Amino acid sequence: MRKLDHYKFRVFKDHIMRFLVYLSLVLVLIPLFSILYEVVKRGISVISLDFFIKPTPTVGEEGGIANAIQGTFITIGLASLIGVPIGLMSGIFLSEYNEHKLSVIVRFFNDVLSGIPSIVIGVFIYTLIVRSIGFSVIAAAFALAIIMIPIVTRTTEEALKLVPLSLREAAIALGLPRWKIIPTIVLRSARKTVVTGILLSIARIAGESAPILVTMGYWRWWFAGLDRPVANLALNVFIFATSPFESWRALAWGSALVLILIILGINIAVRIIMREKSW
Amino acid sequence: MRNPLRTTHFFYKLNTQYSSPLKWHITGDSLLKIISALFASSVLLFLGLMVYELVNGSWLSIQTFGLNFLIGTKWDPAISQVFGALPLILGTTVTSVIALLISVPISLGIGLALSEYMPKKFGFAISFLVELLAAVPSVIYGLWGIYVLIPFLRDHVYLYLRTFFGFIPIFSGPIYGGGFLTASIVLAIMVIPTISSILRDLFSAVPNSLREAMIALGATKWETVKAVVSYARSGVIGAVILGFGRAVGETMAVTMIIGNKFQVWPSSLFDAWYTMSAIIANELLEATYDLYVSALINIALVLLFVTLVINILSRLIVWRSIRLVRGIVKE
Repeated sequence: MRKLDHYKFRVFKDHIMRFLVYLSLVLVLIPLFSILYEVVKRGISVISLDFFIKPTPTVGEEGGIANAIQGTFITIGLASLIGVPIGLMSGIFLSEYNEHKLSVIVRFFNDVLSGIPSIVIGVFIYTLIVRSIGFSVIAAAFALAIIMIPIVTRTTEEALKLVPLSLREAAIALGLPRWKIIPTIVLRSARKTVVTGILLSIARIAGESAPILVTMGYWRWWFAGLDRPVANLALNVFIFATSPFESWRALAWGSALVLILIILGINIAVRIIMREKSW
Repeated sequence: MRNPLRTTHFFYKLNTQYSSPLKWHITGDSLLKIISALFASSVLLFLGLMVYELVNGSWLSIQTFGLNFLIGTKWDPAISQVFGALPLILGTTVTSVIALLISVPISLGIGLALSEYMPKKFGFAISFLVELLAAVPSVIYGLWGIYVLIPFLRDHVYLYLRTFFGFIPIFSGPIYGGGFLTASIVLAIMVIPTISSILRDLFSAVPNSLREAMIALGATKWETVKAVVSYARSGVIGAVILGFGRAVGETMAVTMIIGNKFQVWPSSLFDAWYTMSAIIANELLEATYDLYVSALINIALVLLFVTLVINILSRLIVWRSIRLVRGIVKE
């Protein structure tokens, strides 16, 4: 009889644990849905045509986020111009020259770099660039590029590794040299996955605000040259979140909504692209 | 890890060795190799330059305060110009540890649900949602924290905690809503995706023969799962350390919620505090003289050092553990 009781206890424990495991899933989904719900609910009331075509307001005026959208796209574009080629080439190196001794070291420190807090990267760029040329969009772009490089590198490497070896062997059998195989065959067949990796890294840097704050500062006007700051959506949220005026706080929620739509849009698009399997 | 290119490499060698008219192809090959190697090693350059720049930038502060910077408890830019970072270090550590205490059990649950309990189809959708949580920007967590989480915790949780446990000192004191416990809760939500996705991969890599053996012995599902977790335990530790690294560096959400109060030790769980990353975000732009800026860069240097150590350690553990779990490395 005691044995049976013990068995019952084990089954009971099993049920409890199953319940706790599923409970943890519920627990993590509550904040996600709460964030999405609140941002959409409070952001949607701000959205109007004016919101998208007017720049940041001065005190007591109505305004929008047009300059912040412009600034965010300029910063992201510049960061991608710097970060994507470096990340792509590093990914190619890690995947295609796997036998090289350097690749182990690079892969390791690439992971380490992706774990460095973005504020530290911001301060690094502050000492390196801001101190010589001042708070500027180019400094912010460099900071964001350093954040995106490890992501692009990693995803490119993973994408290229998925390309079947037989494809490379077939190309070699046809007498193609490696430097032609890599861009025309390997990279081309993995292009979908590579592009999704780049998109994900863009989604990541679009929401960065700490490095923006220390490299560019806050700017409420339009783009005025590469050596000047530009406005930024994520920074808008930070600056206006605790402002004393109701209309400015609404601006924070509106910026948050646009930002989250961009980021979620990219993430969902990536999922859809990945569903049509490339390999 | 298996090197998929080793065999091809052999063919490349054959190719380049025996096809003499293709001489310029060989240079093309080595050119691409060298160029991509150069780009790849830029990562090392960035890290090296980062260490150099931050040491260089904080040199004035290091010279002035030395190690006292780490144990000093005074942050007075206005009058005496003395800077000590101990309260910030404590604030960062304690908030991150509390965040881990909250997030590790939940992440374990999620990792197990995705790898052991759920059917693959559902798991796909759920892991997408968890990844979305990782994609939400830090400032939006901060905004949500200020306007949704803080009122909720203040009115429905903290008040009851104080009413029922108020005789314990850590549950007494004024309730602002914001404060370091709230910051820890937000941090916990933010690091859950990081930890749980590593755990999911780790548990999925555990060979099925282990589960089959447990089931054959008559183990319940939970006992099987326990065996899986214990098989991957070193990786779990690595994932937790990695989550700690994430929590330590988190800036904006913490800055918006923690209350930014410079003090060595808070009076209660509801009290405000300050962290290393928050003070950089708040004061770097307003620092008016060199020593002040240098002290802030010194904090960034401490942060860099801590996260470097954490990351190197945890990556080594996770790497080794995944290889161990897959049976590539024999212990």
